[in-house]
Amino acid sequence: MMRRVLGRLAASVGVVFGAVTLIFLILNWLPGDPAALIAGDAASPETVEQIRAQLNLDRPLWDQYRDCLIGITRGDLGRSYVTREPVATRLLAQFPATLSLTLSAGLIALVLGVTLGVLSARFHGRWPDQLIQLSALSVVSVPPFWLGLLAILCFSVYLGWLPVLGDGGFRADILPSTCLGLVVSVHFMRMVRSNVLDQLHEPYVTALRAKGLGQARVFYVHVLRNALIAAVTLLGVVIGELLSGAVVIETLFARQGLGRVAVEAISQKDLPVVQGAILLASITYVVVNLLVDVSYVWIDPRLRTDSLRGAR
Amino acid sequence: MKEALEQVAASVPVATLHAPQDELSEPRVARPSERVVAPAAQSSKPMAAGGSRLQAWTASAAGLVIATVLLWAIAPELIAPYAPTQMDGSAILLAPSSRHWLGTDQFGRDVGSLVVYGARQSVLMAIFAVLISCSCGVALGLVAGYTGGACDMLLMRAVDVWMAIPNILLAIAICTALDPSLHTTILAVSVTAIPRYARVLRAQVMAIRARPFILAARASGASHASILRRHVLPHCSSTILVLATLGVGSAILLGSSLSFLGLGINDERPDWGYLLTQGRGYLTVAWWTVTFPGLAITLLVIAVNTLGDALRRRLEPRGAAGTR
Repeated sequence: MMRRVLGRLAASVGVVFGAVTLIFLILNWLPGDPAALIAGDAASPETVEQIRAQLNLDRPLWDQYRDCLIGITRGDLGRSYVTREPVATRLLAQFPATLSLTLSAGLIALVLGVTLGVLSARFHGRWPDQLIQLSALSVVSVPPFWLGLLAILCFSVYLGWLPVLGDGGFRADILPSTCLGLVVSVHFMRMVRSNVLDQLHEPYVTALRAKGLGQARVFYVHVLRNALIAAVTLLGVVIGELLSGAVVIETLFARQGLGRVAVEAISQKDLPVVQGAILLASITYVVVNLLVDVSYVWIDPRLRTDSLRGAR
Repeated sequence: MKEALEQVAASVPVATLHAPQDELSEPRVARPSERVVAPAAQSSKPMAAGGSRLQAWTASAAGLVIATVLLWAIAPELIAPYAPTQMDGSAILLAPSSRHWLGTDQFGRDVGSLVVYGARQSVLMAIFAVLISCSCGVALGLVAGYTGGACDMLLMRAVDVWMAIPNILLAIAICTALDPSLHTTILAVSVTAIPRYARVLRAQVMAIRARPFILAARASGASHASILRRHVLPHCSSTILVLATLGVGSAILLGSSLSFLGLGINDERPDWGYLLTQGRGYLTVAWWTVTFPGLAITLLVIAVNTLGDALRRRLEPRGAAGTR
């Protein structure tokens, strides 16, 4: 068990290292010139050169990369090109907003998705299932920001129930988290549904039925327990989508958060901020996946024995 | 429901067809469960007929939507009543009427015409993004799945890293590094989609590689390249087709998200996402400026996804490919 966890931990560190390298290469190696962009079109070549030197962009790529890695191990993500404040401080101040949006949306997605998935499987082939499948198809096909715009139009502009934008407390969180949660819930719904349907064909279901257990008891007690275990793994996949969605939703609802900082930094070509924001999101993704992996072994006893056998 | 019914109904004959082949390659554990499926399929046969009629109907509706949008993309000037650049100072933010069916925007441009002209950007972007991501992803998946060993491990670790960066953020990084243009958007969207193809293809190629006919081809002296091309790739073609179709839908969504964030294609040729960004500022006074471009995206993506699901049902009755 311990060995497995340590192995996962090492792999995660490797993935974070890889992600840092990839982001660094994309942002610094691709043929864009931040110095020229910051200086503007009218600037003379000398000014551009001066800015480049100021931002340490005139040094070899390898040196920049090494400094970047050393900085990250110390928790230093560099300084913003525009405001000169440390990126880490700025991002950490924004992180809780993104985290709370992601968590509440994830919770909504989990509850909604699992409920609908169970209903859909329970009424497999009949109209509730049909209706849920149809809605799921529509929800995954709607751009999340348009869903958000329509929700604002409906609930804030016409009905006036909820505030349009901003960060003001719980009421302002309802629309953003619901929009994001709704989109992501489809994954849970589909997975729970197909898992339950798979489980229904397992021999143990026949055995329980033969033993004389009622349909409902077999379904809600035995089948569901087995089907829901796998929903935990989905959390790891879905967190990426939640973080991606958060970028759009934060911009749309003009909320604080990592995504919005990143989007604002792009228009100013503030590369360290963009890099830091993406890195922080990737670390979140990796950490959540690590937790999911570890907790999965803990939840599902079959894996524990398997891993022991594998270790011996 | 229809999806599952069709799956169940279709799986019975196909399962029996494939059964001898499968038993040769690998004794599958799931065999008893397939027997359990059979009675269920029989009981639902009368409904499956109704389901397939509904399916045929939705598939044709989807085809119609896709054809319409393609027509818009190819020849917008035939359909749009106004030029997309035609501004009318006396017709600013007008509600839908008989003159402007979908209303006008803040510059007095006809929203309907803008939507029709915007189709080209979105369609071009989606087609090229899918072509690029699909060919790269399939190549990666083929190599990783067929060679196995260290090469496979290395490639899959790279894919893990790739997937650890949430896709919009990866696209944002690429859009930041390069100048905004249609090419940049295409590159950004395709790069983020590659791992999905690679993963699914790898899994499928690994299963195919274990089957006896690959060994037979090797024994008769075929080279690895020709086995990949003539034996492995054709077996993956239906998976690739389904993935690519569904990929068009996600490419359109991601591309429009990027232009919504102001990273995509610029002012001169506004695509649907950009129209939404612009309309957002007038949300409270002019609902039509945000509603119709979004509706166009949604309808097109629903149509593409419906088509993808229909293809999946037709080509992969047992849902062999991963759903992600």
